[in-house]
Amino acid sequence: MLTLFLRRLFMLIPLLIGISLISFLVIHCAPGKPTDMQLQLNQKVSLQVRERLEKLYGLDKPLMTQYVMWVKRLIRLDFGNSFIDNRPVIDKIKERIPITLTINILSLMLILIIAVPIGVLSAVYQESLFDRAMTVFVFIGFAMPTFWLALLLMKFFSVTLQLLPVSGITSIDFENYSFMGKVIDYSRHLFLPIIISAFTGLAGLSRYMRTSMIHVLQQDYIRTAKAKGLTMAKVYFYHALKNALLPVITILGMSIPGLIAGSVIAESIFAIPGMGKLYYDAVMSRDYAVIMAILVIGAFLTLMGNLLADLAYFIADPRIRVGPCE
Amino acid sequence: MKGLHLCNMKKFLNHRLAVSGAIIILVISVFAISAPLISPYQPDDIAIGQYLLAPSAKHWMGTDILGRDLFSRMAYGARISLIVGLVSVCIAVIQGVFFGAIAGYYGKSVDNIIMRFVDIMLCFPNIFLILALVALLEPNIIIIMVVIGATSWMGIARLVRAEILSLKERDFVKAARACGVSDFKIIIRHLVPNAMAPVIVSATLGVAGAILLESSLSFLGIGVQPPTPSWGNILMDAKLSLGIAWWMTLFPGAAIFITVLGYNLLGEGLRDLLLLRK
Repeated sequence: MLTLFLRRLFMLIPLLIGISLISFLVIHCAPGKPTDMQLQLNQKVSLQVRERLEKLYGLDKPLMTQYVMWVKRLIRLDFGNSFIDNRPVIDKIKERIPITLTINILSLMLILIIAVPIGVLSAVYQESLFDRAMTVFVFIGFAMPTFWLALLLMKFFSVTLQLLPVSGITSIDFENYSFMGKVIDYSRHLFLPIIISAFTGLAGLSRYMRTSMIHVLQQDYIRTAKAKGLTMAKVYFYHALKNALLPVITILGMSIPGLIAGSVIAESIFAIPGMGKLYYDAVMSRDYAVIMAILVIGAFLTLMGNLLADLAYFIADPRIRVGPCE
Repeated sequence: MKGLHLCNMKKFLNHRLAVSGAIIILVISVFAISAPLISPYQPDDIAIGQYLLAPSAKHWMGTDILGRDLFSRMAYGARISLIVGLVSVCIAVIQGVFFGAIAGYYGKSVDNIIMRFVDIMLCFPNIFLILALVALLEPNIIIIMVVIGATSWMGIARLVRAEILSLKERDFVKAARACGVSDFKIIIRHLVPNAMAPVIVSATLGVAGAILLESSLSFLGIGVQPPTPSWGNILMDAKLSLGIAWWMTLFPGAAIFITVLGYNLLGEGLRDLLLLRK
């Protein structure tokens, strides 16, 4: 298993190089220079100033040299300074990342807690009313534009019922709240964004869970377990579920880019100061340093997610953990 | 896969999912094509003083914040959504089939390089890459279609590669090779047509995905630019009048939902017919 895992780690190196290369090229092949934003504001900028600024950012060097310089700094987690407010990009991201991670981890947990039982029950009671209702739900989930759902929920909970705040992450008088008050304030603000991020994933995962469970239920060992008189609950939730969850681990790993991508939409609708909103603002203001940094970090997080999923799979599946019999 | 025979047509018509999807797509397509005939106003005609009117006999879906007729904008917006969805999927299919076929047929290092490139592309959360590209290249319809296509071919490439890996060991391919047929012709004439079934399914579902992506981009203000109407950018306007004009939120959102649902239903139906029942 160790060699398998080491080989898996080794495979990451070309992927990491590829990710950095693409992030770099995307930005540098685009028309216009990163310094345009600063220069356009002032028409009177002389040629010397322009050259000095380009030198400052290393834009006068050949593309390959720029790439090597950028990667060298990347390894030290130095993403340069934001072109907009001149603050180090890494500081801006550090402030934002906990919020995005919190929302994504919570919605991932929500997805698991709801989708797994739904999938199991639909598989056990195939073609029942419940299963059919869940199939309809899955189709709705796949077709629902998340930003529309966000608007509808916002209208219902925040405008009509006035139960939840419309946007932001804390209330204005947040500082004066007690500890419990702060927790409640956070959860009131994060409730809708978490539901929104979870919605599509919920439909997808419950469908995978159902397919995987149906496959497991056809196996011989399930018939044996039933024949030896185990309770149905034990057969389904202990013997069957353990094997049915294996492919779900991979699916969870694969759903990470979707979750990260979804945070751009959810965070810009609800004005939540997370990575997604930071990225959106950076794109709108052509803040190249931030765009490149988040592209790399987003892809890196995806890579780590897949790695974790594979690791979890190795640990969970005894066929891989123990290795083939000699 | 030699054309749709009559009995295949019958099977298709008996499949409830596929048929309901096809009907939805048909209705939306007619709505889009006949936009100039059925819309009572020009999509960007501004009626002064008639802001945010509720639906009535005069304005079937009401008016927006600038006093433009929402029904006309919805009809013209349907054209944008469908065209973007179809064209970007065509781009993705061409690219995916090309890379997948080459990787599968030549194998070895060609395969390795292409599939690692696919892995790398799959690491980027799609909206991140699309947002960056569209915003940097300037958002217009052509760029949006090319960018969505260029960032969603990877799944198709993997499917085609897997099909061709197994197909190329078959006798008819060996026979063709023995007859001295060129690699190019073997791929185009013998392998790709036989590998199309999963591609058709994936492309149908891909149209749904592309429509969702375009509307998300337009909603974020980085997609189709006003005054050209698109369902996504109508919803962007709806956000401003959320509490006061329900029709602005309801109609475009429902239109996206129903269209995407149609393509998903058709896609699932085709998967059932083409892949599972073999």
